[in-house]
Amino acid sequence: MTNTSSAYLRFQNVKKTYDHESLVVKDFSLDVAKGEFLTLLGPSGSGKSTVLMMLAGFESVTSGEISIDGVSITRLPPYKRNIGMVFQNYALFPHMTIEENLAYPLTVRNMAKAKIRDRVGEYLGLIEMQKFGKRFPGQLSGGQRQRVALARALIFEPSLVLMDEPLGALDKKLREQMQYEITRLHQMMGYTVIYVTHDQTEALSMSDRIAVFDDGIVQQCASPAELYERPRNAFVADFIGENNFIRGRVSKVEGEVVHIALPGGDTVTARAESELRHDQEAIISVRPEKLFVEPTSHASDNRVPARFVTRHYVGDFIRYYFQLSDGTEITVKVLNDLTAPNFSEGDEAGLVWLIKDCSAYPA
Amino acid sequence: MTATSLSKEDLGAARRALRRRKLTAFLLVAPLLVFLLFAFVAPIGSMLFRSVHNPNVADLIPDTMELMDDWDGVSLPDESLMNQFAVDLKRLANDRTSGRLAGEVNRILPGSSSVIQSTARRMRTVDDDELQQNGAALLFDAHANWQQVPIWQAIRQSGNPYTIAHYLTALDLERTPSGEIQARDGPRIYVSLYIQSLRIALFITVLTFLLGYPLAYFIANAPIRLSNILLIFVLLPFWTSLLVRTTSWIALLQTNGVVNTALMGIGLTSSPFSMLYTEFATIIAMTHILLPFMILPLYSVMKGIDPSYLRAAMSMGGKPIPAFLRIYFPMTLPGLSAGALLVFIVSVGYYITPALVGGADGQMISNLIAFHMQQSNNWPLAAALGSLLLFVILLLYWTYDRLVGTKNLSFG
Repeated sequence: MTNTSSAYLRFQNVKKTYDHESLVVKDFSLDVAKGEFLTLLGPSGSGKSTVLMMLAGFESVTSGEISIDGVSITRLPPYKRNIGMVFQNYALFPHMTIEENLAYPLTVRNMAKAKIRDRVGEYLGLIEMQKFGKRFPGQLSGGQRQRVALARALIFEPSLVLMDEPLGALDKKLREQMQYEITRLHQMMGYTVIYVTHDQTEALSMSDRIAVFDDGIVQQCASPAELYERPRNAFVADFIGENNFIRGRVSKVEGEVVHIALPGGDTVTARAESELRHDQEAIISVRPEKLFVEPTSHASDNRVPARFVTRHYVGDFIRYYFQLSDGTEITVKVLNDLTAPNFSEGDEAGLVWLIKDCSAYPA
Repeated sequence: MTATSLSKEDLGAARRALRRRKLTAFLLVAPLLVFLLFAFVAPIGSMLFRSVHNPNVADLIPDTMELMDDWDGVSLPDESLMNQFAVDLKRLANDRTSGRLAGEVNRILPGSSSVIQSTARRMRTVDDDELQQNGAALLFDAHANWQQVPIWQAIRQSGNPYTIAHYLTALDLERTPSGEIQARDGPRIYVSLYIQSLRIALFITVLTFLLGYPLAYFIANAPIRLSNILLIFVLLPFWTSLLVRTTSWIALLQTNGVVNTALMGIGLTSSPFSMLYTEFATIIAMTHILLPFMILPLYSVMKGIDPSYLRAAMSMGGKPIPAFLRIYFPMTLPGLSAGALLVFIVSVGYYITPALVGGADGQMISNLIAFHMQQSNNWPLAAALGSLLLFVILLLYWTYDRLVGTKNLSFG
């Protein structure tokens, strides 16, 4: 976690409304350290893009402060903020060559011609596109355009780089390549990145920290591992990765651990992610790959009986579908090896898991 | 024959499918082609032909014209030709068509009309045999001009069914009776009117750009509800008659009209400006009428420009106005070119508005073409003037294509 003293980019109680009735961004506060790769993740309409637009200066801030390095930029016009930005559609200027595109931010800064030429050459080398300087954006492939857009956002050495779903328009394979490329440049040059995406795989694999947005609020801001392993609430548990949810009622509270009585009569223990009272309706989450089907050598804290429904062959793993006695559907991911069990429909099986892989939230 | 190559039947089927597709495409376009042929290609072809083809004189005096072939064109024609002409003239006088001949010849040699008309009257009563024998002397007797070469040269010139004379007239040139081309005496009405038309068209194009560009930008970036309303206002003029729109300018601009009353009302001027029936009136009314032709292509191009381009420029440190000029403006050029070309070409040949509000100094070339069609009944000259206008526009389009290129045009 970033503490106050190392905060480089800082949002303080930022709010935004478009219609003066409802808030699109509700009281957003966040500190970002220098050199950090922070991702804003959320479904569309969650407010993440609005935060980015306010940071870039294309949307006004209704209330609150945004500052970089202690200096408020809240009321600064975009062209004075010195923030690089990569757009989803690349926004390369179609009537200018790649070189001219890269030179644009330097030209508006009145840099000497010779210096501009050197810098453009250097950045063309950085993205391994020296041969393409004289081409126009229309003559490049999607991945090449993306690399140029990246170089153009970095070439004037901005204090901050924003990326607005930059890989959204690329196919899967290219997207993975570009993820690697962005991470490589980030590690090499150490700039601070604010990255917006709705693709969680992208977010998990690239970010230092991820802020999960929903309904104008940051639901959780944490490292990818923490976000995945210890989602703070049911929304994050559901939004990040795949999850099974089982409803029940709190039968006992033992500090951080709660006992939940399931409708089928079984009782399971789970880690309470927020305060739960006795007899409160609760919901527990456990990920499909953390569940094991008996017989198994894995240690177990909880066991519930289930009925086999069907299985889907995926390739590297097999997805098993079970039903609890109250009808709750449970998915289990089993590695595709020799131990993968064989069931036929209606077979009874026992599902087991550990307390640490199981979180409980208020329903 | 392997399974991977095409058999004869496969090829035949593929070819038939292609033929069917082509036929369908052709049938879909056919109504337009037919319409274009009858409403566009044929009239223009006939206009071009009429501008160089004038068989009037050749039809009136075919026998004389035949004899003209043997004449050297320098000395006085021989007696047999003159006799034949006297016979022809008598026939024309009796048919009451000598006026047409007089008119045609007069265009080449002014003053010939009365010579021919008076001579024709004298020939009417003369016996045919007498004319055959003694026509030349009778002609000399009727008018002294028949003893001079120019009028004969003029008759021969006008008798040629194919002529560029009307083009010469349209360019303020003339051919002397001996055949040389020279500038015509007096004011250069046609050329100066062409130049005036081009100047007015250019002025209107610039005005529609200055008025239309910001509006198109605003509409393209406005919220959808507002932009729809504004677009309706832009298109509104298309729903009202051109005549209504032009006459409403008369109401606005006349001496005791709305504008003058308002100006005098707020004390800006004590006596009314004369605005109607001036070049100013032509320009302001045509700018109003042609504005949508500029706005629509601009709007459609601007609508397709993602706001992220300007945002990108500003995020990189470009100040709004330089960024707009360097980034946004060049991206709108296809729409601007299309709009400017439309407005310019439409306004060069505009007729009704200058006719109604232009007065004497706000006239354009089309008004003179209409004058020759309707009042002076000189269709060949009208055709030549119209064809020249067409050539001028084609020349401008060609120049534009060489300088800017037409492949980028976007009409929306």
